[in-house]
Amino acid sequence: METTPPEQQEGGIKEFRRRPDLFRGLCWVASVAAVAILAWIIVEITHQAWPAIKEFGFSFVATSRWLPNRETFGVLPFIVGTAVSSLIALLFALPLGLAVAIFLSEDFLPPAVRQVVRFTVEMLAAIPSVVYGLWGIYVVIPLMLKFGPWAVQTFHNTWTTPGMNGAPEVQKGIPILETLFAPPSYGNSMLTASLVLALMILPTITAISRAALVAVPGTLREGAYALGSTRWEAIFGVILPAAAPGVVAATILALGRAMGETMAIAMLIGNSSHLTSSLLAPAGTLASLLANQFGEAEGLQVSSLMFAALLLVILTLFVNIAGEVVLRYTQRQTAGIR
Amino acid sequence: MSTSTIEPPDFLDRAITSGSGARAFWSRFLTCVCISLAFLTLIPLLSIIFLLLKNGLPNLSLSALTELPPAAGMVGGGFGNAIVGTLLMVAIGLVLATPFGILSAIYINEYAPASRLSNTVRFVAKLLTGIPSIICGVFAYAVIVLPKTGWLAWIPSGFSAWAGGFALAILILPTILLTAEQALMSVPHAYREASYGLGATNFQTIWRVVLPDGLPAIMTGIMLAVARAAGETAPLIFTALFSQYWIQSFNEPTASLSVLIYNFSTTFDDHQKAMAWTASLVLVILVTVANISAQVIFRKKQ
Repeated sequence: METTPPEQQEGGIKEFRRRPDLFRGLCWVASVAAVAILAWIIVEITHQAWPAIKEFGFSFVATSRWLPNRETFGVLPFIVGTAVSSLIALLFALPLGLAVAIFLSEDFLPPAVRQVVRFTVEMLAAIPSVVYGLWGIYVVIPLMLKFGPWAVQTFHNTWTTPGMNGAPEVQKGIPILETLFAPPSYGNSMLTASLVLALMILPTITAISRAALVAVPGTLREGAYALGSTRWEAIFGVILPAAAPGVVAATILALGRAMGETMAIAMLIGNSSHLTSSLLAPAGTLASLLANQFGEAEGLQVSSLMFAALLLVILTLFVNIAGEVVLRYTQRQTAGIR
Repeated sequence: MSTSTIEPPDFLDRAITSGSGARAFWSRFLTCVCISLAFLTLIPLLSIIFLLLKNGLPNLSLSALTELPPAAGMVGGGFGNAIVGTLLMVAIGLVLATPFGILSAIYINEYAPASRLSNTVRFVAKLLTGIPSIICGVFAYAVIVLPKTGWLAWIPSGFSAWAGGFALAILILPTILLTAEQALMSVPHAYREASYGLGATNFQTIWRVVLPDGLPAIMTGIMLAVARAAGETAPLIFTALFSQYWIQSFNEPTASLSVLIYNFSTTFDDHQKAMAWTASLVLVILVTVANISAQVIFRKKQ
């Protein structure tokens, strides 16, 4: 952010501000502390995780057995769970969030109606995670209990072939889909958690995409109209491409949020440490693992959980840095267009 | 939405909404899809609000707000201790985070707007907003809950209101810092020049001119931070834990609304489940009030 107005760059005030005073020292200390906190978080968690890092090393992220009573810890299922749940959530939230952002930035309906939708999305952002979890238990899980058997029937047992010579019937499904919707189906499952997660990251995608769409100069749109394009040809051909970096930033930042989301997932995903390919089966994420086990953990389990937390911090920091860099690039680009 | 100063003329409107043929049909079809998707987002919110009212209102009474949580199998009771615990830990978080947040904002906006430290602070604050809330809990667990040896032994260990408040402080620090920076940025530059012109020192200018003018916007940031902190569960479940009783001291496990909802939503006791809904209703009202007051304070300033 460029925060230096021209008048500040002249000698007078700038010179004045350089003079040391006690209050300045105090503010400096607070600023350094704000930066130091991030470092402190990483150092402290690494320090606590050290016994587990020494004990398991790389096998911690590569093995899939999480057995606290045998002191064997591997977080692969949870890393996979974090990635899969975030990606499925994005799959649902990105088209929906983008549609809402376009709706809010276009004049399809009068401003009052748009205001209602905007307020709705802001309300969705304000509802606590634990309330989403409660709502998921009462609404999404019953829906999934109906959807699960149907999905298994449709995608996994699509065709029934009679067995030859008295052998039992053979059931075949649609490739790929049959592994994603394999029986048995549960209410608490990867899919349940991902759907609620999609709803929770929707406001992030909508807000940042909308800002990017609104920042596209009106002259570009008018130019497209003047060349005879319809509204949607203008949107897809001119406005969305111009806003693309902002939409990418929105997606990345929403991904970061999805990876760290804890409570709703812990209440809905079923918290299993088994690695399965079925979306209808319980799973776990790094964050839900922490939420479930920290309260009663002891000894090596605490260090292992700290190791898992360290992985989560590194993953989210990486994603957020990427999102922030893209967002800055976007702001510079749009400044150029104007 | 056009950012140009000239409004598009009327015929333009007609040109893009009327017409026949495949292109016009396609355009109108996509408009319908877009509008329906936008209204689709209303359904979950309405569903959440409807269920909160339907399941939460029947049990909402004075006793629900003032009594202790019911044990499994009991009727009546409430979550008074959880409301007190939530407010207390949010207050601890505010007391710890606000001075740091505002002082850093003053440094990065008033003293050294373009310095390397200031840019680092802004970047780190953005990254801190992206850190998962449960990591704040893990950090507070490591710093406060785990027993300590050596020179840090004076820090009280164990699950406590301190630990919960500390976790919330880490969580809200970036919110307060970044909104306070925006607040200070919106103070007109002429005010500072006038103050310096009258012979005020740097400190006097910040303390008597800049801060008072930026205060409403800073308060907005603080209320947003309160709304965020009050709704969080993840930083509290293994720092403040939970308690069935009224709080006696800051050094013992403390109840909070969000953890109560989490605990009660997974029990098999119907009355406790109903209580989870009532507590959710109260929590959502609390968070919404904080959010709306943030907006009101902000609008007043404008």
